[in-house]
Amino acid sequence: MDITKLSAFEMRKKISKKEISSKELITAHFNRIEEVEKDINAFITLNKEEALKSAEKVDEKIVKGEQIGLLAGLPIGIKDNIVTKDLRTTCGSKMLENFIPPYDATVVTRIKEADGIIIGKTNMDEFAMGSSTETSYFGPTKNPIDTERVPGGSSGGSAAAVKSNEVALALGTDTGGSIRQPAAYCDIVGIKPSYGIVSRYGTVSMANTLDQVGVFGRDVKDAVFMLSAITGYDKKDSTSFNNPEGTIIFGSFPEEIDYRDYLKGMKIGIPREFTYEGMDSRINEEIKKSIKIFESLGAEIEEISLPHIEYGLAAYYIISTSEISSNLARFDGVRYGYRAKEYNTLDELYTNSRTEAFGEEVKRRIMLGTYSLSRGYAEDHYKKALKVRTLIKNDFDKAFSKYDIILSPTCPILPFKLGEKAKNPLAMYMGDLFTVPVNLAGLCAMSIPCGYVEGLPVGLQIIGDRLKEANIIKAGLGFEGGVKNGL
Amino acid sequence: MAYKTIIGLEIHTELMTKTKMFCSCTNAFGGEANTHCCPVCLGLPGALPVINKVAIEYAIKSGIAFNCKINTHTRMDRKNYFYSDLVKGYQISQDDLPLCEGGYIEIESEEGTKKVHLERIHIEEDTGKQTHTTEGDTLIDYNRAGVPLIEIVTKPEMNTPEEARLFLENLRATLKYIEVSDCKMEEGSLRCDVNINIVDTETGNKTNITEIKNLNSFRGAVRAMEYEEKRHIELLQKGENTIKETRRWDEVKGETITMRTKGDVADYRYAADGDLAEIVIEDSRIEEIKNNLPELPHHKKERFISDYDLSEYDAGVLTASKELALFFEETIKYIDDSKLVSNWIMGDVLRRLKDEEIEIQDTKLTPKALGELINIVKDGKINNNTGKKVLKEIFDTGKEPETIIKEQGLVQISDEGALKEIVSKVLDENEQSIIDYKNGKDRAIGFLVGQIMKASKGKANPQMVNKMLIEMINER
Repeated sequence: MDITKLSAFEMRKKISKKEISSKELITAHFNRIEEVEKDINAFITLNKEEALKSAEKVDEKIVKGEQIGLLAGLPIGIKDNIVTKDLRTTCGSKMLENFIPPYDATVVTRIKEADGIIIGKTNMDEFAMGSSTETSYFGPTKNPIDTERVPGGSSGGSAAAVKSNEVALALGTDTGGSIRQPAAYCDIVGIKPSYGIVSRYGTVSMANTLDQVGVFGRDVKDAVFMLSAITGYDKKDSTSFNNPEGTIIFGSFPEEIDYRDYLKGMKIGIPREFTYEGMDSRINEEIKKSIKIFESLGAEIEEISLPHIEYGLAAYYIISTSEISSNLARFDGVRYGYRAKEYNTLDELYTNSRTEAFGEEVKRRIMLGTYSLSRGYAEDHYKKALKVRTLIKNDFDKAFSKYDIILSPTCPILPFKLGEKAKNPLAMYMGDLFTVPVNLAGLCAMSIPCGYVEGLPVGLQIIGDRLKEANIIKAGLGFEGGVKNGL
Repeated sequence: MAYKTIIGLEIHTELMTKTKMFCSCTNAFGGEANTHCCPVCLGLPGALPVINKVAIEYAIKSGIAFNCKINTHTRMDRKNYFYSDLVKGYQISQDDLPLCEGGYIEIESEEGTKKVHLERIHIEEDTGKQTHTTEGDTLIDYNRAGVPLIEIVTKPEMNTPEEARLFLENLRATLKYIEVSDCKMEEGSLRCDVNINIVDTETGNKTNITEIKNLNSFRGAVRAMEYEEKRHIELLQKGENTIKETRRWDEVKGETITMRTKGDVADYRYAADGDLAEIVIEDSRIEEIKNNLPELPHHKKERFISDYDLSEYDAGVLTASKELALFFEETIKYIDDSKLVSNWIMGDVLRRLKDEEIEIQDTKLTPKALGELINIVKDGKINNNTGKKVLKEIFDTGKEPETIIKEQGLVQISDEGALKEIVSKVLDENEQSIIDYKNGKDRAIGFLVGQIMKASKGKANPQMVNKMLIEMINER
């Protein structure tokens, strides 16, 4: 039996029943990493020594009969923009190539408290900017399904690590689709929770009003399992949602319930705006088939309209880049991170450090954002984009007053080849068309595998209202059950 | 020609909260460099701010004390700029929705009472502190980074450096009264920027506004304004104009020096700080803070005039600092004569404070000791001059007045027999003076009194001596 292929849920069961030890499990994963990492490049930093030590501690607990945490002994990957105490955190950038944080992000603390084992820090687009993990200073990650193709981005490292069984579970961050799109490209499940239900403390901000930490698993149950461990109010994050009812408890989705029961009577909206000319029609066919599955399981499907969605991408790129220009100002070469060797004045210290350490995409977005926030332009760009954001939010609010979930493709295109879109940032941005409105409105959404086109995976996006994670989880469990049962 | 000076001030005050604006690090002055720091106030990647509610309360308190309107819905903004004392590349501040708007501070200028209006009071975080070494290195201490500040911006309504000084003194006294800031300029907890220009009231010509940054003493501020006033007038007279620029005050040279010229308005790219939720303040909370506000300087002054029958001037001096006012009110618990107490404090006590450059709370003099001393003088146990000597002794040693009088044998001689002896001895030795007096030279009496006081080592009861002396001369 190859224990790395088990679901996280199965692993947890076997560990608690002492059928396998955590050390055994973690060792198997490091062996797996050694085997595939040269082809995948899912990690920037591995944490082998510490991971094995932690595994031994979990095993000791089990031997002594002590209570163990939800994630006890499980191998977990953490996107490298989430800080880990004493473990290098680079954000995929030369800027932080040697940055060792003095503190843990709240989500990391929660994983440690739940006895999860941190295997390493996963590869990502530089500062989470990109949709292919090609902008990483540490080289691109490759898609385990076809290593000539990208795994998606910016959490491509986490998605690829989960898909290739290097870890059972992983954390990602999603600002405009950075969990859902790589989940779709790597044929796994990714959940972007509602804004505020998972603490952002210790997550390096890209666009702070859009960023959300989320999870990857090889199936819905695993992803929810992981999500349960990290959700909850955090007093260190002022945007954290202080309501225990918003917390996902894994146990609230018991196994005994038949998958068919989750979807009975569920009201589903299909926005007509989520099809457009540039879209791969083969993806549309797969989505249509998926909708049929929902229908056959008792869901009520209706076409709906979200009239302001078409402005989502434009608003997103203005708001996110504006926030990026501010959030990335702290990387100035003064206190930590990269500092240019040559400079004469303070201004040159800043300019040279930032010029030498930031990649092209990061610079492009800082420039765009600086422009959008500048005096004289802020009214036309930034403030207008904020208004559009409100309109989009209103569209969703209206829809969710009638429907439980909204379905769409996760991405309009299939996983592309490495380098194929690197020279065309606009084409790359278009890939986020269906995912960004969710972040603008602070909603929750899941990408779930729903079919294949010429062997390449297609992701289905299940969108739920703010704090209504329960709805997308039910939909995911129901749909997944249907697919597994040959519907 | 007639010129009018126009002065506006921007004052930064550190609030004396226990912890910093956005984290739980201590808000204490000094300490080894970079020891009062955490990921949040250092702006480390991933760190997020959490607002200090006490800082907001202190800012509201200040707003109420300065008669401002308190905005019940406000938020924090990011002011983006690069500087090495700024950890995040932006300062968390407030832009178009400051916590307090409007308001005024009253000053007693030469033309009477004048209201200087405020634009706003907003909250922001302090930056780190830089030290430039002689080797050309810049050292940065981030202990101060994230300390809560309020920035008070006035309208350009002051017309002399003296008015600006009065304004600053009133502002400082009030902030200390309401206990939101210690206002120690030498520790940087009160810092002042001055905007100044001059108008030729006949031609309407005016100079461009000069900003003088980071003045760290009231005296320096006044001197800098006087210097600028003169410089601007000279430029106007030459038909030249100043450039819009920022200057700094060189205390040693006694002149202002160009720091940077303002070619264009700085673009701070203000935007709401999405890491912090909107701040909503309940009206009831504002009412509560208002009701719990301590007595403010101008109220106290009015009360001193009516309750203690003091002159406006005396009441003003006594209430200029909270500690002095408290000292006065404590002292009159020991001696029920407010005018006498006022005279003593306004005279010898203030003179000693000024000479020693200390504040009343830092002396060895207690209200009880002063009260007892005044009582002893009033009862005639020692005379006024001896009283002053005893006061000095209390300042130096902190001893009780009774102890000092006993130790030094200062009790006034009021015994008629003993005094008669001294007077008759002095008269024996100064027959010429007696003759002079009898010939109509009244000055001779003064000389004789002096000799008697000398002979009694200053202890003779002056009233008795005066009376006795005339009688005894006449008997001769």
